[in-house]
Amino acid sequence: MQAVLQRADRFLDRDLELKERALVIVAALLLTAVYVFPLWTLTMYAPQYPEGLRMNIYSYKLEGGNQGQDVKEINLLNHYIGMKDLVAEDFTEFKWIPFVVGAMGLLFLRTAVHGKMASLIDVIVLYGYFAAFSLWSFGYKLYSYGHNLAPTAAVKVPAFMPPMFGYKQLANFEVYSYPAAGSYALGLVIVLLGAAFLLAWQDDPGRAKRAG
Amino acid sequence: MKRTYAIWGGGIVLLTLLAARCAPSAPTAKKAAGGTSDLAVAAQKTYVAPGDLDEYYMFASGGQSGNIYVYGIPSMRHISTIPVYSPYPATGYGFDDDSKKMLGAFTWGDLHHPALSETNGDYDGRWLFANEMNGRVARIDLRDFKTKQIYGPVPNISGNHASAFVTPNTEYSMMASRFSIPLPKGSVAPIDKYATEYKGVVAAIKIDPKSGNMDLGWQILMPPFDFDIGDAGKKVSDGWMFWTSYNAERATGKLETTASQRDRDYIAAIDWKAAEKAAAEGKGDMIGGVRVLDPKKVPGIVYLLPCGKSPHGVDVAPNGKWIVGSGKLQGVTTVFNFEKIQTAIRNKDFTGDEDGIPVLKYESVKEVEVAVGLGPLHTQFGPDDWAYTSLFVDSAIAKWKLGTWEVVDKVPMSYSIGHLAAAEGDTVSPDGKYLVGLNKLSHGRHLSVGPSQPESSQLVDIGEEKMKLLYDAFTEPEPHYAQIIKADKLHPIEVYPKEENHHPLAVWDVKDAGVTRQGDKVTAKVVLVRSTITPTSIEVNEGDTVTVALTNIEQTTDELHGFGLLDYNINVIVDPGETKTVTFKAKTGVYPFYCTNFCSALHQEMQGYLIVNKKK
Repeated sequence: MQAVLQRADRFLDRDLELKERALVIVAALLLTAVYVFPLWTLTMYAPQYPEGLRMNIYSYKLEGGNQGQDVKEINLLNHYIGMKDLVAEDFTEFKWIPFVVGAMGLLFLRTAVHGKMASLIDVIVLYGYFAAFSLWSFGYKLYSYGHNLAPTAAVKVPAFMPPMFGYKQLANFEVYSYPAAGSYALGLVIVLLGAAFLLAWQDDPGRAKRAG
Repeated sequence: MKRTYAIWGGGIVLLTLLAARCAPSAPTAKKAAGGTSDLAVAAQKTYVAPGDLDEYYMFASGGQSGNIYVYGIPSMRHISTIPVYSPYPATGYGFDDDSKKMLGAFTWGDLHHPALSETNGDYDGRWLFANEMNGRVARIDLRDFKTKQIYGPVPNISGNHASAFVTPNTEYSMMASRFSIPLPKGSVAPIDKYATEYKGVVAAIKIDPKSGNMDLGWQILMPPFDFDIGDAGKKVSDGWMFWTSYNAERATGKLETTASQRDRDYIAAIDWKAAEKAAAEGKGDMIGGVRVLDPKKVPGIVYLLPCGKSPHGVDVAPNGKWIVGSGKLQGVTTVFNFEKIQTAIRNKDFTGDEDGIPVLKYESVKEVEVAVGLGPLHTQFGPDDWAYTSLFVDSAIAKWKLGTWEVVDKVPMSYSIGHLAAAEGDTVSPDGKYLVGLNKLSHGRHLSVGPSQPESSQLVDIGEEKMKLLYDAFTEPEPHYAQIIKADKLHPIEVYPKEENHHPLAVWDVKDAGVTRQGDKVTAKVVLVRSTITPTSIEVNEGDTVTVALTNIEQTTDELHGFGLLDYNINVIVDPGETKTVTFKAKTGVYPFYCTNFCSALHQEMQGYLIVNKKK
């Protein structure tokens, strides 16, 4: 048991090499994508909307296609089924996600400077938790919008789960929901951190010693 | 006796047989037959598949309907109607406070000649001007296809037929009076003093180059001829304006005879830049509130060109050099040479004068008389010096060439063509391709609709050597002139952007909708949005003057809402992003209002009540 812990300590105490630190820095830089690109895009088509209605979800705002008009139109249509208006104020995510991503970036930089395996594992775990929580939060938001329908709505529809990933037919609308550039950047961050971890794992400093 | 009867009887039978042999059941002369087309070619050239767009807009005058009709070319589909001089419940025009005020005391206008705004003699797609007989000119903004200004009645002008022709950079909309009267308007002179006491007038309406706003310019006093049609000079002749006139006889009474005695009437050539300068220098007299130049006192601004009997159309060729005057009672059209006109003016090559206006010697200014056919009225142009002249009496279009003056082709029109419109055919760079004949008679070429027959407009392919009839369309009464503009020159908006709505009574949130009162004046700020009119009930008192300000807060294409108020003769349509007001005096009772423009699945529910309480 003692030996296992010692081995773990040694492993966690391992230094990161330049290339691993570089990967972590690139990952930190990639995080800034969430301030520029949308995370998710919903596109809706109906016979009356051949050009489609578009909604881009950023880490800090909702943006409708057609100069913002599309979100108003989606809300206007949703009021018939008693759905709550999609408004920025209801998305607490818009407040904490940009903050958390910033904090993550700083932690990444700290890891690059400290150059310790323990620190790398910390940010991987934290980042994984953040990503999973954000996805759950987004899914729950969609669920809430589709389930908290006003009982006085003009058109009564059964509660529904809007599509999170892929396509769904909702009444006269074809709804497509896909991650956008921001989310792809966040995904790439995981890949980079994972790559740094694997590389660090392989540069076993003891390996040379044992072989020698 | 019996024999005599037999001889007579036999003779009559023989004559009857002969007569039956002689008269064919249909006309045999080729030109008398109505136009036909090659089905396969015509169908291909005019078919615009569902969802596809036309290549050109045609803006056709609606004559006494007071409207402009918008067609797509080559499909000839009627796309839209722009009400100008008459109320039009379909769009609520003439019911809301602003358009009611613009129409003034009139509920009709005889709209004849649309004039697209120009830059350097080419359509620029900004505005469309249109005249009407009561002395008014309207401006339609092509950004939203709405009538924005009705200017007039212009002082001193009576019978504003020769209008609303614009100069090559839209400096002016020019007009001239068809019916001379004693001036100023309101004064009286006996009809037997017509030749001396009645006056014709040419008026230049100044157009603001930025806003398009029309304003009083200056006028020129003219002899009492009946001015008919005009066209502005272009390129070499820029700065000049040409007007046809009939009744050089200065006759009265039965004009069809009395005004058709002389072999030549006049085309008036006006150096409008010189007139503009003279007016700016303060020359002329104020008559009816406007500066009027008398050519007798201000020489060098007007000259008269003798032209074949009772000319109707005058059309300046794309190069500006040829001026084509069509004597409607002749078989020829006369081409004048602008350079020769200038030389004749320099050499004082005059044969006399009319009220002090020099008459140029016909032989010195005429280039050629082209035998186009009977009853030439108007000429339009194509590329490569092609000219197309409508022939009312022959019921045909003649194609001929400027320069060589040969007539190369004719196509029959069904029937009795008046104006014609070629694609950008009155600009400095005509497109060719399509031409529309605007015919006065359509009989027998459509399903019968009783005695009130529609007019007919026929699309002709002018892209090849031979003209080919492509399509018959039956246009609303009554197309006089039309203009055809390439579709990509127009960029209309489809909603009024919220940021541009500065109406003082506009509200953009249902929370701000409501009723306020000042004495017996009540203002209801109303929001229209799918599918509620907010407030859903408006309560006022008997005798109140109620202004309902309706804002359609939609910003979605095609989401129009209406406001029909029963028993009040009120129906307005409010476009997305627009605010309109209606004002009325309240009468006791309960009156439903509702959305008149089908907007949504719950359109039917978009309704409410005006509740007017009895006076206490």
